[in-house]
Amino acid sequence: MDYLLTEEQQMIKDLCRQIAEEKIKPVAAQYDEEAHFPWDIVKIMADSDICGVYIPEQYGGMGKGVFELAIATEELSWGCGGIALAFAATGLGTFPILLYGNEQQKAKYLPDIAKGKKLAAFCITEAEAGSDAGSIKTTAKKEGDYYVLNGTKQWITNGGEADVYTVIAMTDKTKGARGASAFIVEKGTPGLSFGKKENKIGIRASATREVIFTDCKVPKANLLGKEGLGFIVAMKTFDHSRPGVAAQALGIAQRALDEAVKYSHERKQFGTAISNFQGVSFMLADMAIQVEAARALIYSAARMIDSGAKDVAKVSAMAKTFASDVAMKVTVDAIQVFGGYGYMKEYPVEKLMRDAKITQIYEGTNQIQRSVIASSLIKECLAKK
Amino acid sequence: MSENDAIQVILEKCVGCTLCVKACPFGAITMKDKKAVIDLAKCNLCGSCADKCKFTAIVIKKTQLKKIFDFSAYKDVWVFAEQKKGVIQSISFELLGKGRELADKLGVDLAAVLLGENMEDTAKELISRGADKVYLVDSPKLKAYQDDPYTNILTELISKYKPEIVLCGASTIGRSLISRVAVKLNAGLTADCTGLDIDPEEKILLQTRPAFGGNIMATIISPNSRPQMSTVRHKVMKEAEPDLKRKGEIIKIKLDDDLYISRTKLIDVIEDIEETVNLAEADIIVSGGRGLGTKENFAIIRELAMALNGAVGASRSAVDANWIPYSHQVGQTGKTVCPKVYIACGISGQIQHLIGMKSSDIIVAINKDPDAPIFSVATYGIVGDLFKIVPLLTKHFKNIL
Amino acid sequence: MRIVVLIKQVPDTTDVKIDPVTNTLKREGVVSIINPFDMYAIEEALRVKEKMGEGEVVVITMGPPQAEVALREAISMGCDRAILLSDRKFAGSDTWATSYTLSRAIEKLGDCSIVFCGKQASDGDTAQVGPGISTHLNIPQVTYVKKIEKIDKNSAVVERMTEEGYDVVETPIPALFTVVKEINEPRLPSLKGKMKAKKAEIVVWKAEDLGCEPDKIGLDGSPTRVVKIFTPPPRGGGRVLSGEPEDVAKELAELLKKDIVG
Repeated sequence: MDYLLTEEQQMIKDLCRQIAEEKIKPVAAQYDEEAHFPWDIVKIMADSDICGVYIPEQYGGMGKGVFELAIATEELSWGCGGIALAFAATGLGTFPILLYGNEQQKAKYLPDIAKGKKLAAFCITEAEAGSDAGSIKTTAKKEGDYYVLNGTKQWITNGGEADVYTVIAMTDKTKGARGASAFIVEKGTPGLSFGKKENKIGIRASATREVIFTDCKVPKANLLGKEGLGFIVAMKTFDHSRPGVAAQALGIAQRALDEAVKYSHERKQFGTAISNFQGVSFMLADMAIQVEAARALIYSAARMIDSGAKDVAKVSAMAKTFASDVAMKVTVDAIQVFGGYGYMKEYPVEKLMRDAKITQIYEGTNQIQRSVIASSLIKECLAKK
Repeated sequence: MSENDAIQVILEKCVGCTLCVKACPFGAITMKDKKAVIDLAKCNLCGSCADKCKFTAIVIKKTQLKKIFDFSAYKDVWVFAEQKKGVIQSISFELLGKGRELADKLGVDLAAVLLGENMEDTAKELISRGADKVYLVDSPKLKAYQDDPYTNILTELISKYKPEIVLCGASTIGRSLISRVAVKLNAGLTADCTGLDIDPEEKILLQTRPAFGGNIMATIISPNSRPQMSTVRHKVMKEAEPDLKRKGEIIKIKLDDDLYISRTKLIDVIEDIEETVNLAEADIIVSGGRGLGTKENFAIIRELAMALNGAVGASRSAVDANWIPYSHQVGQTGKTVCPKVYIACGISGQIQHLIGMKSSDIIVAINKDPDAPIFSVATYGIVGDLFKIVPLLTKHFKNIL
Repeated sequence: MRIVVLIKQVPDTTDVKIDPVTNTLKREGVVSIINPFDMYAIEEALRVKEKMGEGEVVVITMGPPQAEVALREAISMGCDRAILLSDRKFAGSDTWATSYTLSRAIEKLGDCSIVFCGKQASDGDTAQVGPGISTHLNIPQVTYVKKIEKIDKNSAVVERMTEEGYDVVETPIPALFTVVKEINEPRLPSLKGKMKAKKAEIVVWKAEDLGCEPDKIGLDGSPTRVVKIFTPPPRGGGRVLSGEPEDVAKELAELLKKDIVG
């Protein structure tokens, strides 16, 4: 399908596919097996100017938006959803600064992120605050020119690898969600430490760790926006980042489709390629329909966000939910097309299924997304009355 | 196309039969309005189309042939004898074998050119292998190969003695040296020949070489210049057998000091100690590919190679995965080999790999995927688990050898 | 310091398929790429420039107007500018005429410190053009370079790959190097590079711009002539050995015995 990409968008897409094909694909299985964090690939992305695609030119980026971030994530994830996450999760950790950072904060942190010298991570989830972000326990207490942070964030992507952490912590517990604030915490700040690296079923090349704050003194200049804005910072960040998760899912799904089509054409049974059997070919057709529909939805949502539209929560959630459900389904089907070989680690499709699963879970489970979508529907309905 | 182009389609004669389109090995001809159109960017002026055209509608502008030259002063067939550390390389014996045949067809002498230090005894070896004459330039300055002095001296000798044919191995040294000599002499040079013969009528050298990784063969001549020069692929021609009774003349030559000067300086010669048999020289090569899975698994390849006294090769993917150094890579971006026996284990046979090994005499392919392209070039194919088969092969070869 | 990289556009063999019936190459729709070995030459040129901290990398190719694509790709990797040698008069050039023409361009450019080439082109495989150019230019050469150990404005120490290992060679500059795959890992283009490449002006030089002697270029300047092109006979259909691994291994060992011992 022709999505009428501009020349620059096409370049971004082509270059990211080239990185995926030539640099990521050959090492993906090994990095997955060894849970190896892809600093070498980050370096390649940095040298190719990819790291700063969504960061304004004045801070050393390419000045593009959510749409370009999505197409880059899609293509990189085609190579490996886990490796691509080093880039995509940095986007998530950077959005709070892009959206709510003041001039000094942007000038201080964005250029190194744009150049790929530093990665970022977004810290919201806790052991008892997953989908229920209002029940965050990490606190930030103002003491003179500092906020003192205490608490433990869980399952933080890029944890330990990133240099810049954007953290949601409670400045006033009595106010519930309205008592949350967002901070920038630099790696190396006394009191900031990391827990063990999680052993995951998928996206194993990405680092997922606890981020622990123990009397961690953060300069008050690192408060994003103002006190009490934390929850809004988080929600707006997710509105911007969900097309990225969706794009990650899409890249994985596209790869599964490509592998399945190729295999079905090469694999012969009963004297003919299995793609000649309707049972297989219809599966391929259904996979392709779903992948293309996901792409159309993601691209539309991303363009809508970039246009400055106000209420993007619903489309953003739709794109994430649909694309991740598609990725799960399509990767499972790809294994089915591969038959017994698909179940073996020597073939690439089982990894795609493992990588796909997380996209239904993180940055808000698909159940939470559906709640968001449903409540938007009700709100829209009421507004019409 | 314009009138000045080297190849022309005479539109009045072209009937649009498409014979030329099928004949063109380079896919350079298309039909437009039922007339042949030749894409000059793809055309190599090989003449296949003109030969096939029944209507003489394709004309290749044979340049104003400079047949005015008198080449009668040029005779003899020369072989550049490559030595390393004073030892004549086997490629040179292959050249002497072929050179003898060519010289006999032309009724001329076969001469070898030898540059080195203290090489007089070695020069006799060249005579025993078929040379009638050996031009020997002996100097400490020529001990090891250096581009400048070797180029200068060989150019000087050729200018002075005027051979009609000069053959050289298509080795690292040969290719670096002879390309320079050919330019200095304004002579035609054909690279990496696998076939050499004399045209019985014209008495000129017919040089056949693979192009495009061996998918096309081309026969090339150098009609208007002398000498006719070729580099020859290793392991294709048969070595001349030594005959110690043979007589010949060793002509010792001293040249101007200037010619011995080298602008580059050879600081050190390092031998890759890891490898006992080098790939280009090996009669037997056992190669491993992606199917091995890990670096450690290369051990079974090495064991088989050792049992066969062969060399270890590898596909590009095995090299890219850092399982084995690049010097072992066979294929387009690695080495081209043609051993007697090539055993490919766990190599799927991408075209880039096939290009590097498909002229081997016997190819054995061991792969678990029956559809792997390697089987299309294999003399013997085994579909199965290489981890079972390779160690068994090692065992059986140890028994019978 | 001015560094020249010479590249050639070749058909991408990963795209080439053999027609099983005629045993010829199927060339329809085959994509053109930069000769793989030339990618290493480009990368090494860029690295030398970066190491020296100054200078420019000029990329040159000889070919049809479409070869401009290869030059733009080189610019997207970081080359500063590009020159295309394109003229119908160059058609039919063999390695002699090609190396003459390219050397004329390097002379016209002037003041070149290093010339980088790939060790050979993947379509012709001659490895003759690099040494030919160094001869026309009368500069020293080192072929099959696998590492540059040391380089400054006046000299370089490099490793030349040999059949047995490598030689360490010191050369004065200017010099010409042909490089092998082992020397580096070529970088990918950057986005800014791609955008620059899109807009870059590709200078085209014709035979007369180069002051070429007419009888040294194209077919007239080529001492060699292709007289026949043919496809080699296909390899005879192979034999598939089947059975238990133990039996198959034994059978193969017997089959190969005479070839291995003999």
